[in-house]
Amino acid sequence: MDKEKNSSLTTQLFFALIPLILLAGVIYVLLSGGPTKIFQTDIPPIEKLHVLRHTLEKDTILLDCINSGPDAVTIAQVMVRGAFWYHEISPKRTLNPLETARVLIPYPWNPGEPVGIVLLTSTGLTFDYEIEVASLTPKPSMVAFGRFAMIGVYVGLIPVALGICWFPFLRRLGKRGVGFFLYLTVGLLAFLVFDAVTEGLKIAENMPSNFHGPALLALGLAGAYLVLIGIETRIQEKRGGLKGGILLAWLIALGIGLHNLGEGLAIGSAYVIGELTLGAMLVIGFTIHNATEGIAIVVPLLKEQPKLPSLIGLGLLAGGPTILGCWIGAFTYSQAWSLLFLGIGAGAILQVIFIIMGRQTLSETLSLINIFAMIVGYFVMYGTSLLVGAS
Amino acid sequence: MPKLDLSRLPFFLSFLSVLFGGIFLLTATFLAGSVSAIVPHTLPGLNGLDLSPYRMDMVGDVDSSRLNPDKYLTDTLPSSRRVLPDGRTLRIFEVYAVNKEIEIAPGVFFPAWTYNGQVPGPTLRATEGERIRVIFKNLGDRPHSMHFHGFHSADMDGSHLHQLVPPQGTFIYEFDADPVGLHLYHCHATPLTQHIHNGLYGLWIVDPQEGRPPARELYMVMNGFDPNFDEENEIYAVNTVAFHYNRHPILVKQNELVRIYLANLLEFDQINSFHIHATFFDYYPTGTQKKPRDFTDTVIQGQAERGIVEVRFPYPGDFMFHAHKTEFAERGWMGHFRVLPEKASK
Repeated sequence: MDKEKNSSLTTQLFFALIPLILLAGVIYVLLSGGPTKIFQTDIPPIEKLHVLRHTLEKDTILLDCINSGPDAVTIAQVMVRGAFWYHEISPKRTLNPLETARVLIPYPWNPGEPVGIVLLTSTGLTFDYEIEVASLTPKPSMVAFGRFAMIGVYVGLIPVALGICWFPFLRRLGKRGVGFFLYLTVGLLAFLVFDAVTEGLKIAENMPSNFHGPALLALGLAGAYLVLIGIETRIQEKRGGLKGGILLAWLIALGIGLHNLGEGLAIGSAYVIGELTLGAMLVIGFTIHNATEGIAIVVPLLKEQPKLPSLIGLGLLAGGPTILGCWIGAFTYSQAWSLLFLGIGAGAILQVIFIIMGRQTLSETLSLINIFAMIVGYFVMYGTSLLVGAS
Repeated sequence: MPKLDLSRLPFFLSFLSVLFGGIFLLTATFLAGSVSAIVPHTLPGLNGLDLSPYRMDMVGDVDSSRLNPDKYLTDTLPSSRRVLPDGRTLRIFEVYAVNKEIEIAPGVFFPAWTYNGQVPGPTLRATEGERIRVIFKNLGDRPHSMHFHGFHSADMDGSHLHQLVPPQGTFIYEFDADPVGLHLYHCHATPLTQHIHNGLYGLWIVDPQEGRPPARELYMVMNGFDPNFDEENEIYAVNTVAFHYNRHPILVKQNELVRIYLANLLEFDQINSFHIHATFFDYYPTGTQKKPRDFTDTVIQGQAERGIVEVRFPYPGDFMFHAHKTEFAERGWMGHFRVLPEKASK
């Protein structure tokens, strides 16, 4: 009996390993033939090819592909706008599951035109990819970095800063006015959560199915929510309660910042591949839409005495990540990142909503005026979002 | 001031590690593709023009030891001959249906249904008035038949359900070689489009008794393939393999008479066309009349339409021939004649 106690760690380890050893055994038996014959059918291998991203250089189309299916896929030929075209594939034509390859097609594409590409596999299956509007892909350069920073500034930073400028006006409102705007903020934020989830699901649809896009979105959402709840609880315990609205303002700014990071990623990557033309109208739309985010940040501060640097800090935290997102989105592949950050942003915002709504009792929270404020807030976001239909 | 509760720390730590581990894995996978860079080749042209973006072409070549369009161009199916009691010639062909995977374009494999293991099926050729006997064995895995264009009795039509030849079955078709001309044979089993599209067709030629003027004779079947079964052809060709005669030009001599037996066996598309560069040709629809209908450089054929092209190339050099339905040309229906100078080739 003593012996057992001494070796308890070893025993524990042994019991932990039993299922793993058995699993390895089962996989070995399956791979060495025998039972797999039961699963063998006449159905040809399932081929899945997914184009992750395209890059357009002068007279050259580059496609980055991934085999997202369970069997090997061989790209035999490539068609551009219905014509077979000379091309090169690196590192090799046959992709095992989850392997990637780059297809280089020298082709005299014309700016502004759509380009349909078909990848023909060795078994004759075809995988279509559509470049919606051909345009030169910007290369990472100081000029390009500057241009994408400007997009981020216009779409993220300036609007949030403008929203924060409502602070003096909001302060002069009475207690009831502040309460109204607090619940208006809940409405604004609720729209952002809904928007992030629907946009995330849209992105997830275009991802290889084995990346389980919706699960990734859920990971970001639930993860951020739980982590922030944890942090907030810790700070509350430490300080003996949530002190005023400053912490809440920072949490809102963080949530909106994460959301804007995801939005920046989506804008950057869509702009680069020509799916989004950032015309003046769209930038104006984003500016108006995101200005409402600034209001959400400052509302909890109406009873506080925030200093100018902390207001600037809040603005940078909420709006700055758009610039970062634009850079990442423009220069690297970013569907998964976009999805994850949209999820994280949604989770963070959700947590803020619960903090605001949990400050009072349920009957106080759900007073008619508050419900009205929430609906108005949601509708303001909805109305301004009509200006940014493409994002 | 209450102490920080550390009991829940492991939960957060493990959560964070899963989160960042996942992010790392995803990034690694996604960025892997963009790491490998390819340096494009350049192809120098006139005045330093880089020709590399203009290569409408496929990459690689097919294994022609399994299916050779060059042999198809000139080969006919060997036959045995017997003299019947009434003095007529009985010509006997042996044809079998068999499933075979063929390479229809470099690296693209198609599970074809074939006559004698080739697509198009072997060219059957006889002289007007001969009695024809075709011993057909079905070595495939589903019912097939042979349906000949030409005069024959109802029981030799090979088109009705009760005329289907079961797997491992045999049927003997007998009829007279009549009328003179370029005809077809194909499987008439259902579903009809699939049986024809999958490769069960070939040329059936009846020569006039006095023969045709001596010429270099070539067999060309314009066909196409729908390897992804969307009822549209992805690959077009003459004699099955896309761009084959681009990679392997057909050698002919300057001013020599070239006779092309041309047929359109395309499924899914309404028409096909045939165009030769830098020369004109006499066109005899179905090869039944002695006078050409056209003197032209382009001819259009509907499904199962066929005709004889008689052409001479006045200049040496490389000359394209292709469907002037240009999207077919861009999808494989294009080739070259290499015309050798008259003096050098003698």
